[in-house]
Amino acid sequence: MGTGTGGDDSLYPIAVLIDELRNEDVQLRLNSIKKLSTIALALGVERTRTELLPFLTDTIYDEDEVLLALAEQLGSFTVLVGGPEFVHCLLPPLESLATVEETVVRDKAVESLRKISQEHSPVDLEVHFVPLVKRLASGDWFTSRTSACGLFGVCYPRVSSTVKAEIRQHFRTLCSDDTPMVRRAASSKLGEFAKVLELDYVKSDIIPLFTALASDEQDSVRLLAVEAGVSIAALLPQEDLEDLVMPTLRQAAEDKSWRVRYMVADKFSELQKAVGPEITKNDLVPAFQNLLKDCEAEVRTAAANKVKGEVLPEDSRETIIMTHILPCVKELVSDTNQHVKSALASVIMGLSTILGKDNTVEHLLPLFLVQLKDEYPEVRLNIISNLDCVNEVIGIRQLSQSLLPAIVELAEDAKWRVRLAIIEYMPLLAGQLGVEFFDEKLNSLCMAWLIDHVYAIREAATCNLMKLVEKFGAEWAQNTIVPKVLGMANDSNYLHRMTTLFCINALSEVCGQEITTKHMLPVVLKMSTDQVANVRFNVARCLQKIGPVLDSSALQAEVKPVLEKLATDQDMDVKYFALEAISGMYLFNLPTYIFSETFSFSSILFFFFSFSLSP
Amino acid sequence: MSAGGGGNDVQWCFSQVKGAIDDDVAEADIISTVEFNHSGELLATGDKGGRVVIFQQETENKSQPQCRSEYNVYSTFQSHEPEFDYLKSLEIEEKINKIRWLPQKNAAQFLLSTNDKTIKLWKISERDKRPEGYNLKEEDGRYRDAATITTLRVPVFRPMDLMVEASPRRVFVNGHTYHINSISVNSDNETYLSADDLRINLWHLEITDRSFNVVDIKPANMEELTEVITAAEFHPHQCNTFVYSSSKGTIRLCDMRASALCDKHSKLFEEPEDPSNRSFFSEIISSISDVKFSHNGRYMMTRDYLSVKIWDLNMENRPVETYQVHEYLRSKLCSLYENDCIFDKFECCWNGNDSVVMTGSYNNFFRMLDRSQRRDVTLEASRESCKARQVLKPRRVCAGGKRKKDEISVDSLDFNKKILHTAWHPQENIIAVATTNNLYIFQEKVN
Repeated sequence: MGTGTGGDDSLYPIAVLIDELRNEDVQLRLNSIKKLSTIALALGVERTRTELLPFLTDTIYDEDEVLLALAEQLGSFTVLVGGPEFVHCLLPPLESLATVEETVVRDKAVESLRKISQEHSPVDLEVHFVPLVKRLASGDWFTSRTSACGLFGVCYPRVSSTVKAEIRQHFRTLCSDDTPMVRRAASSKLGEFAKVLELDYVKSDIIPLFTALASDEQDSVRLLAVEAGVSIAALLPQEDLEDLVMPTLRQAAEDKSWRVRYMVADKFSELQKAVGPEITKNDLVPAFQNLLKDCEAEVRTAAANKVKGEVLPEDSRETIIMTHILPCVKELVSDTNQHVKSALASVIMGLSTILGKDNTVEHLLPLFLVQLKDEYPEVRLNIISNLDCVNEVIGIRQLSQSLLPAIVELAEDAKWRVRLAIIEYMPLLAGQLGVEFFDEKLNSLCMAWLIDHVYAIREAATCNLMKLVEKFGAEWAQNTIVPKVLGMANDSNYLHRMTTLFCINALSEVCGQEITTKHMLPVVLKMSTDQVANVRFNVARCLQKIGPVLDSSALQAEVKPVLEKLATDQDMDVKYFALEAISGMYLFNLPTYIFSETFSFSSILFFFFSFSLSP
Repeated sequence: MSAGGGGNDVQWCFSQVKGAIDDDVAEADIISTVEFNHSGELLATGDKGGRVVIFQQETENKSQPQCRSEYNVYSTFQSHEPEFDYLKSLEIEEKINKIRWLPQKNAAQFLLSTNDKTIKLWKISERDKRPEGYNLKEEDGRYRDAATITTLRVPVFRPMDLMVEASPRRVFVNGHTYHINSISVNSDNETYLSADDLRINLWHLEITDRSFNVVDIKPANMEELTEVITAAEFHPHQCNTFVYSSSKGTIRLCDMRASALCDKHSKLFEEPEDPSNRSFFSEIISSISDVKFSHNGRYMMTRDYLSVKIWDLNMENRPVETYQVHEYLRSKLCSLYENDCIFDKFECCWNGNDSVVMTGSYNNFFRMLDRSQRRDVTLEASRESCKARQVLKPRRVCAGGKRKKDEISVDSLDFNKKILHTAWHPQENIIAVATTNNLYIFQEKVN
């Protein structure tokens, strides 16, 4: 290491880094902390342990972002202090970071502690790490006790049975801590801790804690217990679930606080998976019905998202949904809350694959139709965006009569974001409705968007045309949309004329060389004499864009003279983009020219200079 | 001494007075809020100048037991600055409307302070070490010749004189269109509420860019506005319960478990109006200026212009106790209306074991109302009684009829001297009373 060699230049940058650890500028301190490994490397393992780490342990007064970076760095510092043998030297600074008030910093410190716990030998773990966990767990301030909750799980599997007993005892104590902060932390780590415990202890220790936390006086603790319940249920054998977990979960689904019920609804799929098909069928389905009918809209929204019931037993899934879920769904379709309806609309189409063709036509189709007529655009959009699910089962034709008015209404919605959203589904709709239906009903909409007064809509409409051509092919494009697009080149509004250019930009590649050269290029070239400068410079940009699609003779004979002319335009921007197009295009095509006989490399250069020198 | 207990058999004596002792009061120095922290070791005041001053109780000195409640300045900082809302062409005052301490989470202390629009979370921490040792310069800042560096030096922390720092940790903005009148920290330690004239928002202490609107009483048409929210507070133990009071003299209790929006209250506390007392001023004087839960969470106290009422949370139709604060003013309402005093917002507070309540009045009088003995006493915070350990004498106001000796006539009360803000130490018989620009600290006389 560089420490012994006198007057060493290589020390200078390190010296700067060290000095900046205490610079007044936060950004400089942060930079230095991020290069902590460089400093440690230069100091060597010995001095890192004896000087750098004690300094860092005391730096907890710093700004959060500095502390956060420090907590992260220390997680991968083991090599720099001399390997696993000395890893425990990292504990003091991380311990002090685990007690700061900023949650992000504490969490990062805990994450790093968890990481380095794996690098402790079993002996070191008991000698150094476990005492630290105990210190944190019995700390005066709740910040340290919350941090302790996240550390039990990583040391438990690797310590002796006496220490295990102590750890369990500490965890128990924290679960009944005075402050809700600590109980929340314990509640959120309960599932994780249960996973590393022996099954007997899960039953004897964890279950009572779970039951207690799930009936805590604080809503915020109870709702975290729901998640723990999911993890615990997954650990227990089927025959114990009914006695040990279900009473508590049932109680949670009927909790007085909507936030707890929301959590049950939100975690419903995981819950089903954890308790298995039998209990789901007998127990969770009635609970779920209640959640769908909950008095709080937030709960209904969360529940509506889960109506597909992915984890129901294969054989009875259809029956359960038909007899128990569908009646509730029918009510939700006309819910008073728009968020509930829109959550339902985003998943209801998925039911058709489960229920099959006949049920879909008989039961779901009427619901789709109601939702397609909903007063909130979001609901309608969610139905339209999921049309593909239905298409697979019954074909979209069944819906098309109702679909059309819904689409037209969305397409003309006063809010441009709604119009934007429906445009994005156009290619999907076109694919499923087929070209005939599209031409007949939707084509005019797509064209109308091109002259929308909001730029974002015109832009999206342009992009939409490209996607449609990808679907329906160049021939279709030539017959239906290209004439209309090119017709706009004569519009009196220059914004519409520019839209023609933007469409050509988007379409040239998908339409191919022939259409581009024959139909589009003449229009573009003609527009180079437009009286509005914005149009002219967009002609230049357009020519650059479609250049690669054209053949070289067209480029030489038609494009080049026009660009040359634009390059001498009076308008600065037109000139700029024309020159840009010239240099861009010829560079792009460079290889072809080099190998063709008519051009040599030097002539290209000359060509180039003559432009850049021209006034 | 029973902890924080003691009724009116407590003899209050002067302990300290803070602030300038001259008659020329600078507007910025007017105290706008007073609040003890949860241990009572710290006492914070906010003023119209946007400053927060924190006093710390001196550690107990065995040889001088009388000095045990001395509070000395611990930290002073500028919490809010005057601002200008350019969109609405409105000045935003820097005046601190409320201060609330957070339960202690580590060695540092945290408090929320708010003006009309912006709530800030402050950290007050101590520092007694500083790093020393540079590589490229001396401690005094002179640069060393880089060529002479032969070894690297790691800075070391050395002890230094104690420094108290106040740093802003979070700034909660854009949550309120109207003026914030209350903030209250939830017992779950992670959320708090803030109330303005028409709305109550719920915030997470770690999230500054959004809050949830839990109560909104703004009518679609502002011309239909008949009442405003005047104060709001969380229940001390039940994290789901909060109350808010209105300008119509009602208190609504909301249960956040029932639904996400608390537009529908669970309980409405309201006393039917006495028709014989009805007058032009009835509505104004029934407006509630402060609402406070008792420490045990069973009762709440409300202050309106003339009285303090104590409500049992289990009884909505009338208060269990009503105390007249200055009934003698009932005949003066007309002139109090003319000089705007009728709109003064008096606050109230409980003692540590909920047996006595305190609230302010005019002429620098404040009232101690003993609930168990149904006795009350009027005391005065004045410079005349500024002698150390001098016992405060009860004051009496002549309520009409013949004025007795020692009584003060209603007409000679000074309405410019008012005590709006008071605070009671959470465990001990120590009180802080804010007169215009002075903070008086009184304590129980120790024999």
